[in-house]
Amino acid sequence: MYLTETITAIATAIGESAIAIVRLSGPEAITLANEVFTGKDLTTVDSHTIQYGHIKDPKTATIIDEVLVSVFKAPRTFTMEDMVEINCHGGKIATQRILRLLLAQGARLAQPGEFTKRAFLNGRIDLAQAEAVMDVIHAKTEDALKMAVSGVDGKVSQLIQTLRSEVLTTLANIEVNIDYPEYDDAIEMSNHILKPRLEEVQVELEKILHQAQTGKIIREGIATAIVGRPNVGKSSLLNRLLQEERAIVTDIAGTTRDTVEGTLRLGHIVLNLVDTAGIRETADVVEAIGVEKSRQMIEQAQLVLIVLNNNEPLSDVDRELVTMTADKPRLVLINKMDLTNQLDLTELQLAENELVKISALEDWGLNQLEGRIQQLFDLADFTSEATENFVSNVRHIGLIEQASQSIQAALEGIALEMPVDLITVDIQDAWQALGEILGEEAKTDLIDELFSKFCLGK
Amino acid sequence: MKQYDVIVIGGGHAGSEAALAPARMGLQTLMITGSIEMIAHMPCNPSIGGPAKGIVVREIDALGGEMGRNTDKTNIQMKMLNLSKGPAVWSLRAQADKVEYPQAMQETILNQKNLAVLEAMVEEILVDEAQQVTGVRLETGDIVEAKAVILTTGTYLKSQILVGHTATDGGPSGQRASMGLSGNLQALGFDLFRLKTGTPARVATTSVDYTKTTIQPGDDVPRTFSFDTPMSEAKNPDDQLPCYLTYTAPETHQIINDNLGESAMYSGMVEGAGPRYCPSIEDKLVRFADKERHQIFLEPESKHTPEIYVQGFSTSMPHDVQEQMLRSLPGLENCEIIRYAYAIEYDAIVPTQLWPTLETKKVSGLFSAGQMNGTSGYEEAAGQGLIAGINAALKVKGEEQLVLRRDEAYIGVLIDDLVTKGTDEPYRLLTSRAEYRLLLRHDNADLRLRPHGIRVGLIDSERKANFAMKVMMIEMELARLQTLRITPKAATNAYLQTIPTAAIRDGISLYELMKRPEIEYHHLAPLMPIPAHLTAEVIEQVEVQIKYEGYIAKAMRQAERVKDLESKRIPMNLDYAQVPNLANEARQKLGEIRPLTIGQASRISGVNPADISILMIYLKSLKRSV
Repeated sequence: MYLTETITAIATAIGESAIAIVRLSGPEAITLANEVFTGKDLTTVDSHTIQYGHIKDPKTATIIDEVLVSVFKAPRTFTMEDMVEINCHGGKIATQRILRLLLAQGARLAQPGEFTKRAFLNGRIDLAQAEAVMDVIHAKTEDALKMAVSGVDGKVSQLIQTLRSEVLTTLANIEVNIDYPEYDDAIEMSNHILKPRLEEVQVELEKILHQAQTGKIIREGIATAIVGRPNVGKSSLLNRLLQEERAIVTDIAGTTRDTVEGTLRLGHIVLNLVDTAGIRETADVVEAIGVEKSRQMIEQAQLVLIVLNNNEPLSDVDRELVTMTADKPRLVLINKMDLTNQLDLTELQLAENELVKISALEDWGLNQLEGRIQQLFDLADFTSEATENFVSNVRHIGLIEQASQSIQAALEGIALEMPVDLITVDIQDAWQALGEILGEEAKTDLIDELFSKFCLGK
Repeated sequence: MKQYDVIVIGGGHAGSEAALAPARMGLQTLMITGSIEMIAHMPCNPSIGGPAKGIVVREIDALGGEMGRNTDKTNIQMKMLNLSKGPAVWSLRAQADKVEYPQAMQETILNQKNLAVLEAMVEEILVDEAQQVTGVRLETGDIVEAKAVILTTGTYLKSQILVGHTATDGGPSGQRASMGLSGNLQALGFDLFRLKTGTPARVATTSVDYTKTTIQPGDDVPRTFSFDTPMSEAKNPDDQLPCYLTYTAPETHQIINDNLGESAMYSGMVEGAGPRYCPSIEDKLVRFADKERHQIFLEPESKHTPEIYVQGFSTSMPHDVQEQMLRSLPGLENCEIIRYAYAIEYDAIVPTQLWPTLETKKVSGLFSAGQMNGTSGYEEAAGQGLIAGINAALKVKGEEQLVLRRDEAYIGVLIDDLVTKGTDEPYRLLTSRAEYRLLLRHDNADLRLRPHGIRVGLIDSERKANFAMKVMMIEMELARLQTLRITPKAATNAYLQTIPTAAIRDGISLYELMKRPEIEYHHLAPLMPIPAHLTAEVIEQVEVQIKYEGYIAKAMRQAERVKDLESKRIPMNLDYAQVPNLANEARQKLGEIRPLTIGQASRISGVNPADISILMIYLKSLKRSV
C-alpha cells in the first residue's frame, strides 16, 4: 500500500520452469536482499549489474539456492525505486522459501498490480495505464478481502486468536504498570515473570510453524533426490516405487490414473523426485559428472535417498555422497541385499535409523521406507485430513514467523536485562503481526483491554 | 472599541498558554475570562504530570510554554515515576500548590508584554460572510475585534453540576456557566456533544488520622520540569508535603451499594459520557464487583489551605451519603468535609471539526483548545492551548503553521487522535496511545521540540544558546566515548570486576562498555577522566542514547517509513465525490475529516489500504493533468 515499504513477489508464473524470478522493490530492497545473500556485498555493487552467489537463511545458515541477483538502483528502474531481482532455480519449493525469507526479513508481499502501481505513482507510466491499474486494484482488493475472510479458516484463526489474546493480556498488564505506576492491583511485570510467559507463546508459535511445514509436506510432497553411483540400482528402485504407486492407485475401485512423471506416492507421503530423467541417465554418465549432478540435486532436495550397493565395497563417490548430505534429512538405502555382502559401512559411522536395507529387485524392505521418512519429517501423527487446518497462506506464515522473531527478540532483551518498556516494543510487534493475520486493528484493543481488565483512575 | 490580533476566551490551563504564546510572539493579545482570580485555577487535584502527561509538560516547556516553569515555582512534591522501567516511560509528577500555582501564573500573565486581560463573558463569536472570524460580542453588548479568536472555555459551556438528584447550572468551583456561547457555536454550524467528569470531596488536613494510612513521600532529590529552571531554584526536597494511601473498607462498599439509586450517575440524570479512566467510586464498584478494596490516595492541596483531596473517590451521591462513605474510610472516621464531590456535565465541540492546527474547518481564524475539544487533564489542555496560540499567531503573521507529528511529540499524538478519530469520552493521554513511545521521552523533549520553539519565536536568545551548547556537548561526548578505548590490562580488569562487570578479553571502546546493562556513566571515571563541563542532563542523554541505541534506531526506522506518508499532502478542498472507485464509507469519512496528509488519511477508521492507494493515484493524476 505504501511507497515507503519494500514489497516482494514471485514475478514468474508459479510452477515448473527452469528459472524463477523473485522481485523486490522499495527503499530497503537492496539491504533486505543483501541480508539473505552470500557473495558480493550488494549494497556496494554498481547499479544494473548481476551478481552470482547463494541465498542463505541468516538464522540457520543453510543454503537455499544458487542464484544470480540483479541490482537496480533508483531512479532508472521499472518502479523508479531500488529494485532487486533474484533469479533462482525454478520449482515451487526453492522459490517460495526465498520469498518467505524475504518476508521474514521485513519485506511485505506485494498486492496484485502493485509494482505497476508504484511505477505510476513514481511517474514512470502514464495515466491511461494507471487507470487500468486502478481497476485492477479495485477488483483485486475485493477478491483479496473475500479471500482474507475465508482464507483464515476457523481452527487456525481460533488458535491465533487465543495466542494473540494471551499476548494482549501481558501487554495490557505492562501498560497498566507504566501508565498507572501506583496502581497496586496489577502485578508488576518484571522480566522474571515475563520470560516464562513469552517462552510459552514462542513454543506455540513454533508449533504452528512446524505444523505449517508439515502440512505443506503432506499436501505438496517432499522434494526428493535419489543419488548414488551408476549401477547401484537407482532406476530399479524408481521403477519399483512407481509400481507400488500404480498398485495403490488401481486398488481404489474404479479409478485408474497415469502416474505423473516425477511425483510418486508412498503410503501417505508424496515424493517429488528431483530430476527423474537424471536418475535414468546416470548409468551412461562418467562418474565425475555424476557427482556434480548429484550435488545439484542434493541442493534442491528436502530429502536425499543415497543408494549404496551391498554387493560392492565402499567407493570414494559413496563416501563423498554421505559427507555431502551430512546436514540434510537423508536415508542411506543399502540395495541388492539379495546378493552377497561386500559393503563395510563402519567408517561412515551412520546411525542405525539412517539405514534402510532393501532389495529393489526382489521387492523387499521398501515398506520400511515410508516409516523412516515419516519419522524424519515428523509426519507420523498427521493424516491428510488434518492438514486442512494448517496455516498454508505464505503471507500468514510470514507473519507468524515475524511474530516468532519478535518474541525471540523480546526474550533476548530479557536476557540482556533490558527494562520492560523496551522489551514491550518487541512484544507489541509480535502482537501486531498476529493481528494482521486476523485483520484486526491494534491500538484501540489495547486501551479497551486496559480499562476492562483493571479498575483504574482517580 | 479596541482591536487585537488574537483574543483568547477563557483563562484555564489551555487559555493561559494560548494567550501567552501570541503575546510573546509579538502580537497584541487579549484574554477574556469570567474571573481574573480563577486564571489557571485547579478545580480537580493539583497534580501535574505523571506518565505521558509529564512528558507533555516537558514538551510544552521545550516549545516555550509556561506550565513547566510555573510548576517548578509552586510545587509541594515531585516524584519521578517508572524509574525502574526504562527511559521511554520515566515521567515526572508534581503536586502543585493549589493556591500558589494560579497566583504565579496570574502574575506572569498580568505582567506579560502585549497581553491584556479582561473580566467579561462572551456571548457571540463574530464571523463575516467569508466565514472569517472578526471578533467577539460580550454579554454587555460591547464588541472587541480580532484577527484570530481562540476558544478555551473548558467545562463551562452550558455546564451543570450534578449532586444526587439535583442539577444546578454552573461551572466548577461555584463559577458561572457560559450559557450563550453553545447556541452561538451551533448557529455557526458546529456540532457539540455532552461530556461528563467529576471531582471527589475535600476534607480538612487536621481531621485525618494518618496513623491508619501509609505515607507516600516525594523523591529525596530536587527535581524540575523546565529545561530552563536552574537546579539552584528547584524546591528543597525536605520542604515537600507527602501524600497518604488508604483503602475502601467493606463498610464503604455496603454504603455505596445500598445507595446506588441516589447517585446522579445511576439515576439516569447524566446524559454525557464519562471518562473510563476517571470513574466514580460507584462506577468502580459496579464494574469490578469482585474487587474487595480500592486504593484511595490522600493528597495535600496546598501549604496555604487545610484541604486534602481524596483521590479515587469521585462520586455524584447526595451529600449525606457522601459523608457516610467518607467516614467509612480508615483514617477518615472523624473527617471534616470542606467541599463535597460533584459530577459536571458540559458541552464540547466534536473535535473532528478542527484542522490539525486546531483551527476550526468552518470558520477561518477561529481556534479551539483544551477540555472543550473533548479532552481531560490540565496537561492535555495546556499542550493544545500552546499549539492553538502558536498557530493563531503564525496565521496572523502569515507564517507556516505548526503541526507536530506522532513520532515527534505526545502533543502530536493527542491532537492527531482528536482531529482524526474524534472521541466519545473525555480523552486522556496514555503512553500506550503513542506508537513511538521510545522516541517520545522525558529526557529528549528539548532535542525533539526546542527547534520548533526557536522557529516560531518563543525561545529567547539565551535559552537558544544554552540549547545549542547542550546539543553540541552531547555529540562531542558520544564521539569521545567512541574513540577512547580500554585494553585488557590487569589493573583495568581488576577495576571492572569491582563494579562488578565481566573482565574484557579484547580492547573495547568506552562506548561499547557503556552498553553493558550494569555499567553507569560514573563507572567510567576511574578509566578516563570525565570532562568537567558536562552537565547531568548531557550525561543522562549520552547514557540513554548509548544504552538503548539498538531499540531507538529501530523505532526511528519505523517512524521514518511513516514520515514519508506524513509529507504527502492532500489539498484542503479536495472533492472526494470526484475520486473514482473509493468505497462509500471511505468517501464519506474522508469528506468529513478532510485529512491534510496521506498519513492522517490512513489513520481514519473505515478508510482501508485500498482506498489510500486509490487516493494516492488520484492525487498523482490530478497533479499531472494540471
